[in-house]
Amino acid sequence: MRMMAYTRIKPGKGVLLLGRYIVKRLVQLVAVLFGITFLTFLLTYLSPGDPARLMLMSTGVTPSDELVRQVRSELGLDKPFLVRYGTWLGQVVTGDFGTSYKYDRPVLDVLMARLPATLKLTGSAMFLVILISFPLGVLSAVRRNRWLDYVIRLFSFAGLSMPSFWLGMLLMLVFGVQLKLLPVMGNSGWHSLILPAVTLAIPLIAQYSRQIRAVMLEEIGQNYVVGARARGVKESMIIWQHILPNSLLPIVTLLGMTTGALLGGAAIVESLFVWPGVGQMAVDAIFTRDYPLIQGYVIWMAVIYVTLNLIVDLWTHLRDPRIQLDVDV
Amino acid sequence: MMKIRAYLTQRRLFIFLLSLTAGWIVLALIAPLLAPHDPLATNFAKVLQPSSPEYPLGTDQLGRCVLSRLLYGARTSLLLTFMMIGIVFSLGAAVGVVAGFLRGLVDTMLMRLCDTLMAFPGLIFAIAVVGMLGPGLFNTVVALSVVWWAKYARMARSLVISLQQKEFVTAAAFSGARKIQIISRTILPNMLPPLIVMAMMDVGGMMLSISGLSFLGLGAQPPDPEWGAMLNEGRRYLQTAPWLLIYPGLAIFSTVIIFNLLGDSLRDVLDPKKNTV
Repeated sequence: MRMMAYTRIKPGKGVLLLGRYIVKRLVQLVAVLFGITFLTFLLTYLSPGDPARLMLMSTGVTPSDELVRQVRSELGLDKPFLVRYGTWLGQVVTGDFGTSYKYDRPVLDVLMARLPATLKLTGSAMFLVILISFPLGVLSAVRRNRWLDYVIRLFSFAGLSMPSFWLGMLLMLVFGVQLKLLPVMGNSGWHSLILPAVTLAIPLIAQYSRQIRAVMLEEIGQNYVVGARARGVKESMIIWQHILPNSLLPIVTLLGMTTGALLGGAAIVESLFVWPGVGQMAVDAIFTRDYPLIQGYVIWMAVIYVTLNLIVDLWTHLRDPRIQLDVDV
Repeated sequence: MMKIRAYLTQRRLFIFLLSLTAGWIVLALIAPLLAPHDPLATNFAKVLQPSSPEYPLGTDQLGRCVLSRLLYGARTSLLLTFMMIGIVFSLGAAVGVVAGFLRGLVDTMLMRLCDTLMAFPGLIFAIAVVGMLGPGLFNTVVALSVVWWAKYARMARSLVISLQQKEFVTAAAFSGARKIQIISRTILPNMLPPLIVMAMMDVGGMMLSISGLSFLGLGAQPPDPEWGAMLNEGRRYLQTAPWLLIYPGLAIFSTVIIFNLLGDSLRDVLDPKKNTV
């Protein structure tokens, strides 16, 4: 039930445009990933401390200068920057992120062992976000400037200003320490997932319900809504059949962008709740100066985030021919 | 009539919020006069004490006064936040103006860099930068600058480009103003308001990022008092001394709320068109 008129692109031309659009986006994706690998490698290069020495130190002995020099040339650390970057990038592309100093295992193995916990946490948080922020945003828009709207907006404002680590601690204090209902830390069954997932979800629910409200309000002001009202269509019908389907696409796009905040927030929440995911691993890796592990983490998060957003964009373009395929940019 | 009244209410709200912010800054500046104790002084006879006349907000695991640490922490947290906003604002605006005026290859390269930085979750990248450079306040400043300047550069660039097409800029050019004069007298003053609104709306988020990194142990290092770092130190005493995490968290929460309200309110005052939505 799309009420808005749009100029249809002829099928043949449309497919061609879409093909070009996909190619363009894939090129962009590769460029962004290339940029991120470069920045990541540059950071490691600029970081204080000699990787060869760190690697030897992590085995527990103080290495002699002779040994350090030998390991340096074995690792190719005495070569120029661009050569090292090229070699490293070649390995990364084939999935070889090097060996973790701390665990003495391939970085990819360590990451893969930790990734399910993070996906479980972010997935549950995302589920909560969609489940709660949708009704909140829609209600807030429909009941604009009534008390319900004010309550929801107040909640959303507070949620946006709340540091997630503090929120998590308060939840721990109330549900873990005072009421003794839920475990405070670690991963021991499904009920230990509740507090971290809620902590991660609340700021995002606040942000997202606010955005859904804005998108809905924008649609409510459109001519087709006025038209439908003038024709005597029932208000609930207008909201569910006309406005919501039209608001869905920008909302999904925003959801794709939210995953960035979700992955970033996961690092803090995981570290607070000692949740055994990649975020907590990355923070630990910083203190043990496990550079390959940090590199692997950053690149993997980038791949997940950028790919997810590409899928969301392609989906929105397929669903909504109104959106211009900006091939020429 | 209604509109004027709404506008005045908004201005009053803005001034009220501004004075609250100023109040926090004054508190931070006169912390040495207000703090009952030295924020670093330990007192092992009075460890993890709840609130008392001598220690209004209790003591931490080393017997340090929580109130004094909060007041001194306001200096680090607030001043660092404002400094960071200043850095990313000037850096971003400078890059954006250069890119917008020069165009061509320089513009393309700078904007590709911005795209790369913006196509990536900021907090993760900040964690990575601090991770590589090593924990510490200075490296936190570097990390957050690297992550945040790009959006200001993008905004400044598009402002420069759109302002260059305006009639009053053409008029200035026709009346014989030199290029440098057009930039400094005509374009810069006109691009500042939107950029300032953007900066004001970012203050709360910046504060959350700084305290978040400090909470992870990557920012301010003990024994320096900083709100996020205080929460990090206090989290082990969740069960025995909850005041160690309630007060610093409340401090962050309340200031971020004020900053966020201030940002929204400034936007409304400067851009009354948005009010109708």
